[in-house]
Amino acid sequence: MIILHFWRVMWGIINRELLRFLNQKERFISALVRPLIWLFVFAAGFRAALGLAITPPYETYILYEVYITPGLVGMIQLFNGMQSSLSMVYDREMGSMRILMVCPLPRWFLLICKLIAGTVVSILQVYVFLAIAWFYEIQPPEIGYVYLFPALILSGLMLGALGLLLSSFIKQLENFAGVMNFVIFPMFFMSSALYPLWKMKESSLLLYNLALYNPFSQAVELIRFALYGQFNQYAFLVTLGAFIVFMLVAIWGYNPSKGMMVKKGGK
Amino acid sequence: MKTWLLNLSLCLFFMGIAHAETVFVSLEKDNALAIVDPIKGVLLKTIIVGQRPRGITISPDYKHLYVATSDDDTIKIIDIKTLKEVGRLPSGEDPETFALSPKGDRLYVSNEDDSMVTVIDIASKKVLKTIKVGVEPEGIAVSPDNKWVVSASETTNMVHWINTQTLEIVENTLVDPRPRALHFSADSKQLWVTSEMAGTLMVLDVATKKIIKNIALTIQGVSRDKILPVGVVVDKKGDYAYVAMGSANRVAVVNAKTFTVEKFLLVGQRVWNLAFSPDQQRLYTTNGTSHDMSIIDLKNHKVTKSVGVGRYPWGVVVKP
Repeated sequence: MIILHFWRVMWGIINRELLRFLNQKERFISALVRPLIWLFVFAAGFRAALGLAITPPYETYILYEVYITPGLVGMIQLFNGMQSSLSMVYDREMGSMRILMVCPLPRWFLLICKLIAGTVVSILQVYVFLAIAWFYEIQPPEIGYVYLFPALILSGLMLGALGLLLSSFIKQLENFAGVMNFVIFPMFFMSSALYPLWKMKESSLLLYNLALYNPFSQAVELIRFALYGQFNQYAFLVTLGAFIVFMLVAIWGYNPSKGMMVKKGGK
Repeated sequence: MKTWLLNLSLCLFFMGIAHAETVFVSLEKDNALAIVDPIKGVLLKTIIVGQRPRGITISPDYKHLYVATSDDDTIKIIDIKTLKEVGRLPSGEDPETFALSPKGDRLYVSNEDDSMVTVIDIASKKVLKTIKVGVEPEGIAVSPDNKWVVSASETTNMVHWINTQTLEIVENTLVDPRPRALHFSADSKQLWVTSEMAGTLMVLDVATKKIIKNIALTIQGVSRDKILPVGVVVDKKGDYAYVAMGSANRVAVVNAKTFTVEKFLLVGQRVWNLAFSPDQQRLYTTNGTSHDMSIIDLKNHKVTKSVGVGRYPWGVVVKP
């Protein structure tokens, strides 16, 4: 009976998130437009400018569009994670999350359900993006699309957990702009999503080290290797570690008696 | 069970044989030949061959390699089994490019500095004739029907049609500036010529010796001065021609029926020469300044791998 309760709540949250995503056509389109603009406009501009040496998982010379694609997949999941946390803040303010929060199931479970729901949505977005990119001659091996799935689950969970953690610290919806400036942009630009790390090392060792230890970089590398049918153990361990840490802090943050909820008056 | 296992192992064995092929690449700066397994995509070994090896070809029976060691002023004959030198051919000064007759009995060598083509009889290792051609001859090709030898003079901007029976120039065709490489179609009806300065690919009709098509090789976003087409090959079916684009670091895929460029494939830097695998499923490129060769899957027109081979890879041949 208990299991049925857990399942009902989990399915309820995932279903709600999916329905919301599919019904909000603007959100669906904008989630796709962002990485596509990066791919078609930004990457096209840099196509000839950036010479790339052969680095694993690539076995030959690649165009910049090919390099940037796993980074854009990471970007989709990063933005989705943040969007998901934004909706947490919104839900909390509008009340629907409050109703969920008082249901007789542990709060950590509710948070994990929310996290899984967000990850499912992000994976959907990623595969639609990759399907469009395929027509733009970004055609990794077929097996890569299969290997990518578990990688996307882990990276989606890690970035979603980061979003949950941040949402536990945000009091009002208006504060979300700060998250954009202080989290999303530095994380995205200080990573291997747009340029290989060795290229960053040429200009600044500090930037290189920051990018190397940026969990988003490792999530992107996990995605990059998976997309080419390979497994990057270091990237996997860092992404997994970051997920566990973010999740634990988020659960603590959402604890009504101890965490950030106390400071925010139990919200 | 035993029979089943035996069948399986035999199958695997013959599959291995069917795919086994060896690529030989001349390394201009390393004075060596690189031997590559293109299926596994690994460099097997490198052997020292002589000073500044460039032009390379293989005998029709796949027993010998002919390598122009330019700074030794000779063409060395290498036994493929032992990888040892078994003889030399009198090439004249600074040999660079040459072409072997379809039977493998004659070698036609371009002597750039002397503006000559030297015809060598391989059996006797003697020069049969030297033929005066235009200034700076480089690209040279023999038609598969063994009727024509064509030499391209880089400075005269001409291709010279030499009759293989009389060893005399029969006709000259004026082409775009600095013609570099030549390749006959398998039916010997067309001659494909690259022009380095004009960045074009010309198709000549062998019967009339006139240019029937001039294809501009332009790449969006790549400046014109980097587009320096060099090596050209046409597949046996006559479906596609492939052009090494030099400093543009790409191989052009040209539809040989419609004479249109279908796509450009990114390979290593300063791509120079090209060779097909025996089954024509793959194309191998030598990338001079990135010191590697690229392997192109011709079924999907995709570059699958680039393999480091040594300094300044120049020519490439394949042994089945």
